[in-house]
Amino acid sequence: MAEVSLKNISKSFGKQVALDNVTMTVPDGSFVVLLGPTGAGKTTTLRLISGLDRPDSGQILIDGVDVASLSPAQRDVAMVFQQYSLYPHLSVRDNLAFPLKSPVLRTPPDEINRKVDEVAAVLQISHKLDNKATELSGGEMQRVSIGRALVRNPQIYLMDEPLSSLDAKLRSDLRIELKRIQASLGATLLYVTHDQIEAMTMATHVGVLDQGRLVQFGTPRQVYEDPVSIYVASRLGSPKINILPADLFPDAPAGAVNIGLRPEHIHIGAGVQATVVRVEHLGDQTRLHLEISGTLLITLTEAHTTLTKGDSIAITPENPLYFNASGDRLK
Amino acid sequence: MSGFSITEPSNRTKWIAGVLVISYALITIMPLLWIIATGFKSPSDSIAYPPKVVFQPTLEGYVNLFTTQTRITPDMQDKLQPPTTWYEEIVRDKGMVIAGPSRFGQRFLNSVIIGFGSTFFSVFLGTLAAYAFSRFKVPIKDDLLFFILSTRMMPPIAVAIPIFLMFRQLGLSDTHLGMILLYTAVNLSLSVWLLKGFIDEIPLEYEEAALIDGYTRFQAFYKVVLPQAATGIASTAIFCLIFAWNEYAFAVLLTSGTAQTAPPFIPTIIGVGGQDWPAVAAGATIFLMPVMIFTILLRKHLLRGITFGAVRK
Repeated sequence: MAEVSLKNISKSFGKQVALDNVTMTVPDGSFVVLLGPTGAGKTTTLRLISGLDRPDSGQILIDGVDVASLSPAQRDVAMVFQQYSLYPHLSVRDNLAFPLKSPVLRTPPDEINRKVDEVAAVLQISHKLDNKATELSGGEMQRVSIGRALVRNPQIYLMDEPLSSLDAKLRSDLRIELKRIQASLGATLLYVTHDQIEAMTMATHVGVLDQGRLVQFGTPRQVYEDPVSIYVASRLGSPKINILPADLFPDAPAGAVNIGLRPEHIHIGAGVQATVVRVEHLGDQTRLHLEISGTLLITLTEAHTTLTKGDSIAITPENPLYFNASGDRLK
Repeated sequence: MSGFSITEPSNRTKWIAGVLVISYALITIMPLLWIIATGFKSPSDSIAYPPKVVFQPTLEGYVNLFTTQTRITPDMQDKLQPPTTWYEEIVRDKGMVIAGPSRFGQRFLNSVIIGFGSTFFSVFLGTLAAYAFSRFKVPIKDDLLFFILSTRMMPPIAVAIPIFLMFRQLGLSDTHLGMILLYTAVNLSLSVWLLKGFIDEIPLEYEEAALIDGYTRFQAFYKVVLPQAATGIASTAIFCLIFAWNEYAFAVLLTSGTAQTAPPFIPTIIGVGGQDWPAVAAGATIFLMPVMIFTILLRKHLLRGITFGAVRK
């Protein structure tokens, strides 16, 4: 396992700028999650590190070595593709064994069998080992594609939304399993996702990309509690952070245009009057949809609340985040 | 069955479709059955009018095809040892003796060497070229592809004379190598275009995954692309073989002896010792076999391949 750093990386596809001067270090043994909407440059980052694409400018170092002249095979990285990319002409077992049989690794056969069985057990696909890759369901294919990376012990694992097509139960199982494997191997992992639970629970570091620029990089807690902009604040949190006009509440600092309030950072009891417009009982918690003079916001309250539509309550912001006209955070 | 279904045809529709398909199959297979039957008729049965559907089968046509024969006088025949083999017996019954093997076997072998040889090279070179056109940034790619296709646009006879002269200069006339080169050149346009279509259908991600899994570009091509292109390669091979196997114009012009293929040879049987239709039919029947066997062996691939990738998953 190794440290991977990107230095001033830029990449364009025609006129489309995919990455714009990105500098980032993935520390050895860390679990870095890249967040951002489609087109932000997440997948491009993985492809540049793996060597499938070459940067227009900048440097990529794996374990301190500039890999510009190395082929993907020589870089010794493992990647889980979003589209699975299982070899359709091979069985599940052969798919998992494929990287181990490569001329780079040349693993002895009994070692291959041992590793494949081990990984298959972890990913709960042991009973499918002799099936053709095309005979699997989407979730099984995705697990095989994760397994094809995990059989190896590369410098870095690159994963492009590996859990996106799994059902909720399996996703939470694998989330824990992936994190356990990463921690026990001390593996370096760069992970792309849209899912904030994955980011918050697994990551040691989160990087947020906006149109090819890395706008914030830090621990999940830093990014969640101390976002640099409305854009970053909106990436994490479910329900999403409330972005409201700053003058809705008193004491806004000079220059503040918007106030960002996480749903759990709204104190009910005193302050500004709000009307309940909808109550969503989720079982473990209840979401309140409120309205303050035409502006809607969401907050959380206890599961067994007696509030109903039309009730009037008073609310006060806790830990408000203020943003200026261009969406940047005011500190 | 009851009720109306969008996906399931009614019994009446199925019945009409069945009758149509079977009648069409019978019409197309008729000449084939006729030629196979004629091969087993005696010369007089083969020209009988109205044509005989029921006849006494004989292998005379096949014996005539594979041997050359001489007529001998009845008293000469009496002095000969009695025939030892079944084919000698057939020939003796006509008042003739076998003088030796005919050239058909050699011509047939030439067809096999040239047909399969050129098919191998067309598919081998075609696969590599198609892969390059499909995956790499080739300068003036579209023009090159059009140029390759354009070699198919003129009739072979238009270039026959220059090729004839070229072959004579290079000592390629009437050689196996010359014919293999020529048929490969003609078939390459077809094979590059067909195979490029098939390879285009194989997502690039598989090769990318293989590159990351520790393989070189060529290993990825060999281990991941080729197995998935098997369907396309099989159907391309069949098309190439059918062309090379049936080709007549170049074969007549450029071969006369050593490398002559079966198509120009079979008609010459007609001229030897009267119109021996059973021998011609026997030659045609044997000539049909290799392509038929090859196609049957690869039919699993062909059924999917002939749709040119339109229904691939």
